[in-house]
Amino acid sequence: MKAAAAVLRKDLLLELRTLETVPAMVLFSLATFVIFHFALNRETIEGQLAAGVLTATLLFAGMLGINRLFVAEREQGGFDAFLLAPVDRTALLIAKASALFAFLAVLEVIAVPAFAVLLLGPPLGPSLLGLIAVLGLADLALAVIGTLVSAIAVHTRARDLIGPVIGLPLLIPALIATARAIGPLLRTHASGSPPGKWLAVLALYDLVFALLAYGLFDFLLED
Amino acid sequence: MADTPAIELRGLTRHFGERTALRDVSVSVPAGATLAVLGRNGAGKSTLLRILATLLRPHGGEIALFGESLPRRAFAVRGRLGLLAHEPLLYGDLTPRENLRYHASLHAVERERVEALLGAVGMEPYGDEPVRLLSRGMVQRIAVCRAVLHRPALLLLDEPRANLDPAASDLLEPLIGRASGCTRVITSHDPRAALAEADQVLGLKAGRPLIVSGAREIADAQLSELYQ
Repeated sequence: MKAAAAVLRKDLLLELRTLETVPAMVLFSLATFVIFHFALNRETIEGQLAAGVLTATLLFAGMLGINRLFVAEREQGGFDAFLLAPVDRTALLIAKASALFAFLAVLEVIAVPAFAVLLLGPPLGPSLLGLIAVLGLADLALAVIGTLVSAIAVHTRARDLIGPVIGLPLLIPALIATARAIGPLLRTHASGSPPGKWLAVLALYDLVFALLAYGLFDFLLED
Repeated sequence: MADTPAIELRGLTRHFGERTALRDVSVSVPAGATLAVLGRNGAGKSTLLRILATLLRPHGGEIALFGESLPRRAFAVRGRLGLLAHEPLLYGDLTPRENLRYHASLHAVERERVEALLGAVGMEPYGDEPVRLLSRGMVQRIAVCRAVLHRPALLLLDEPRANLDPAASDLLEPLIGRASGCTRVITSHDPRAALAEADQVLGLKAGRPLIVSGAREIADAQLSELYQ
């Protein structure tokens, strides 16, 4: 865990120093909300439509983060330096997934209120805790799959394409579960708690892919 | 165990697709000795170093470092290897101090060692500048600090004096020179300089071992053939 903490600390420090990933994700989200605002030609949206717009926007913004997750390792030899250390290679998976999770959380702290102001009809307040729970599980899915896909992509020449081409199909179940769980929260007079069935689907998805990533990650780092 | 060679290669082979980068390389290096790996560009020198560093898997033959067979026992030897590669393996947006502290965390090395090394290579005044703003010679000095941070027993040095002026080269002598006491594998485009430091020589030509001998027994004709 010490190695994972060291890599995570380094990644967060690099992002704070360069501000290359999170601002891009935030700007992308805001621009997408504005595009939806005009493309749908509606002042406000709610319910399942709002959930779909929010989920898809966050997912595509997350792809930007996924594509950049291993850039510093690839371009500045961080991979080799890590592989030379006598540490469990799973530490890199844990650190990178945690970094991506943190980036997504920061994105949502800005993007969700912006969504509420720009597009959402019903007030967000009563559903906020439920929304945080759903987005937390969705972020975990995105972080695990994103790290796995990014680690595959980084060794290929078409690395910018591999993320979306492999990552998006893998994330479809998580996207469906997230949108379905969020939908009832964004209705007028929403109950405030997300449907348990879809939360369970998301949690199961997280568990399965976390275990899969744990089992596979070591092989992905081999030459 | 005292007689166990630091490096034992038998019939080492490595391919990249159709191309053979190393073919049937065999050499044994005792602990504390220095092996110079010579050859033209593309001869397989860097590939050999990356295999020894456990970053590449061999496709044939046997390798043992300190008696531990690779790649099966790679985990057991990683902490005893120090690699100074072509790339400095440093993050340009972090400072030398931040880079070295990161590597110290990975290798479970005390932070005092970072400060001691920065002082030893004369980089203390630049310890808080981003690496991307430093000159190539300064970056090479920090890269040396990174390579020796965890007190490795085997140093894998790819062109270690590249970008260094004579004064900087002297500063690094206790860390990567013979005085370090480490077993060393040195690659160099300058055969005379490498031979002056070496006990043994492995000359590679298109991945094949053309010379495997003691450094004193090398004839000029052999070197000429190697670089033809």
